[in-house]
Amino acid sequence: MKITLDLLRRESAHSKPYRQKIVFETNDGNATVATALTQINASRSYLDTDCRPVGEVRWECSCLQKKCGACAMLINGTPRLACDSKLRELGDTVKLEPLKKFPVIADLIVDRSIMLENLKTMRLWFNERTKADETIGAIAYEASRCLQCGCCLEVCPNFYCGSDFLGTAAIVPASRIIAAAPDEQKKEIFREYKRHSYEGCGKSLACRNICPAGIDIDSLLVNSNAAAIWKRKRRKAK
Amino acid sequence: MSRINIIGAGLAGLSAAITLAESGTECNLFSLQPSERAQSVLAEGGINGALNTMGEDDTVAEHYNDTLRGGVFMADPNAVHNLTSGAPGIIRWLEGLGVPFNMSGGELILRNFGGQKKKRTAYARSSTGKIIMSAVIDEARKYEVSGLIRRYPHHEFLRLIIKDGECVGVRIRDCYNGRIADFSGPVILCSGGMNGVFPGKTTGTTQNSGDVTATVFAQGSLLGNPEMVQYHPTTIGISGKRCLVTEAARGEGGRLWIMRKSDEPWYFMEEKYPELKNLMPRDVVAREMFFVRRQEDCVGEVYLDMTELPEDTWKNKLSDLREELIKYLDIDPKYAPVPVHEGIHYFMGGIDTDELHRTNIRGLYAAGECTCQYHGANRLGGNSMLGALFGGKKAAHTILSGDYETIGCDDEPRYIDEYEPFAQEASPELVERISNILLSGLGIVRSEEMLTKALSKLSALEKEREYNQRELNRFRLAQAMLRGALERRESRGAHYREDYPERDERFRRATVAQLKGGEVCISFRELPERRAENEDNT
Repeated sequence: MKITLDLLRRESAHSKPYRQKIVFETNDGNATVATALTQINASRSYLDTDCRPVGEVRWECSCLQKKCGACAMLINGTPRLACDSKLRELGDTVKLEPLKKFPVIADLIVDRSIMLENLKTMRLWFNERTKADETIGAIAYEASRCLQCGCCLEVCPNFYCGSDFLGTAAIVPASRIIAAAPDEQKKEIFREYKRHSYEGCGKSLACRNICPAGIDIDSLLVNSNAAAIWKRKRRKAK
Repeated sequence: MSRINIIGAGLAGLSAAITLAESGTECNLFSLQPSERAQSVLAEGGINGALNTMGEDDTVAEHYNDTLRGGVFMADPNAVHNLTSGAPGIIRWLEGLGVPFNMSGGELILRNFGGQKKKRTAYARSSTGKIIMSAVIDEARKYEVSGLIRRYPHHEFLRLIIKDGECVGVRIRDCYNGRIADFSGPVILCSGGMNGVFPGKTTGTTQNSGDVTATVFAQGSLLGNPEMVQYHPTTIGISGKRCLVTEAARGEGGRLWIMRKSDEPWYFMEEKYPELKNLMPRDVVAREMFFVRRQEDCVGEVYLDMTELPEDTWKNKLSDLREELIKYLDIDPKYAPVPVHEGIHYFMGGIDTDELHRTNIRGLYAAGECTCQYHGANRLGGNSMLGALFGGKKAAHTILSGDYETIGCDDEPRYIDEYEPFAQEASPELVERISNILLSGLGIVRSEEMLTKALSKLSALEKEREYNQRELNRFRLAQAMLRGALERRESRGAHYREDYPERDERFRRATVAQLKGGEVCISFRELPERRAENEDNT
């Protein structure tokens, strides 16, 4: 299999971006974008289509089996995980770019620390000991699967770095806290949820079906809205 | 007390940080990437603790005995006593953080796991690590906001700062802007296993490069049992790495077989080990798989057969595993057996610590997979997350109990602008070559011939050119692993020598590797006796 990778590169946050095309060949039919980037970096002898040395392509990865969210990037314009993107399904030329909603550090690396700051803003923790019993276990489980990769934020028309609306990447983990918060904490977490999630969401549903972990976002939203906004009893997640 | 420096933000690092924060002690928490990317999220099957919720009269004493026996009596009995006594408390603590473990009637369901006769493993379907991590990360966030935990994601450990034989701080690089700074205070290493020594060939993450272990070894820290590398029996090859098929698949009833030439599947584990069957400790299962594949009357790969598992198991206990196997192998395990192969999964050996998690360097502590603590010659499934959480806590408690007093340390990082030899990366090509040499010596079956050959190849490679500091550190680490395996002239746990196939009680000692004048020296240290006050731990 022979694929042309069309990379948007940048030496550092302050340098000018440029495009570079690299021809990548492999016999591994299951090779992913992550496989290609790993092999290009392991060899360091690659030349681009203009015969310029490629050097190290900077990107982030960790688990390589779609469980950690590190390798999120734009692949042919869609935010997804490099380790979950098989080359054979992507066409002869594969365009790789960093996520656009976050500041670029270098090449395909972006600084997603705003996402972790947002979770602090939402005050996502339990003030007291709690317990995720069988009735809320399914919600807590689904919410705990969030990778904090940022794909949902990339497609969201209402989210930008620094906005008061914190997006699905905060809404999903919030649903665990909302579901199991001790009574004394409910008022606080409901208030934060209303302000940072419910009120800013334009209901575009762009985040639907983009989550690499396949999290059932609708179900979590229904439960969190029912508890925090409509003050209804929870429904069971899938 | 000055701020404590924690290297690594997986389960061990988070556990240490939270324990310190609960006591009002500040820490710096450094990691290459945020906790969501730590290897702990990959743990699948569960966490062990003798909670006895399944009506089987399980006890801490049995967990203790199984752990020691699983590690073939090479772990520190007092440390294992602490671990297994602390296990129920750790699981209850996680429950209190809202971890959605599988439950029934308001109580935890425990599942069977390898090397243990009783149901003792708490779990959240087959993504237990990820689900536990989410809750522990949330708990740490509380202390980040209050200022007790200062997080430094995208920061890399470069080296320890050692003065007069004591560890007084750590040199760190911000990978985003390249700035290097010194942070003073004691250091707890929670940097994970040495997966990067075998890049692309383990079930671990790319972040656990092994560089931290190699660096501190070069700086004078001892290594314990470096030859003890765990091959997990059931892994599959996916692009760029090995992928784990959780032991829970066998805990829930999955069976291993290999096809005989007579066209009959042979359930070799069930025939050879009628008591624990497919749930023998990992070293035994992996070795049996290796040997049956070589048998003349057998053909092809070993298969893991889960086709008899009930619908409820697939829905509520192993849903993630099924999804993964369909995705990666195009095999639905509900209807067809899955070809599996042994793969490197865990490092029982690592930085040498005592039961209080102190290293031989004052001011330096270590916890989690980077240490050699708790698992001896073979780790039981379900004991890794336990070891990380308990070890992190224990290391923090050791510091809090006044083990190390720091006076007059700088509270703020001191940025430096000088040449730092430890900052140069090891070349990927060299790492790959060293890895291939190590694999030729440190397989499931080893021998003097294989190991001496590997050592001479390593030394020939070292003579090829000049190397940078990190590359030299990797040579020393590789040598320690091979030399440990060469000098342990017996078979025990994960270390199987075909030239010494029996266990030899003279080697029921810890392997200790030390760097003296640039040379790796191997010695064997007596294991401590179990203290009298630890005898009664039912």
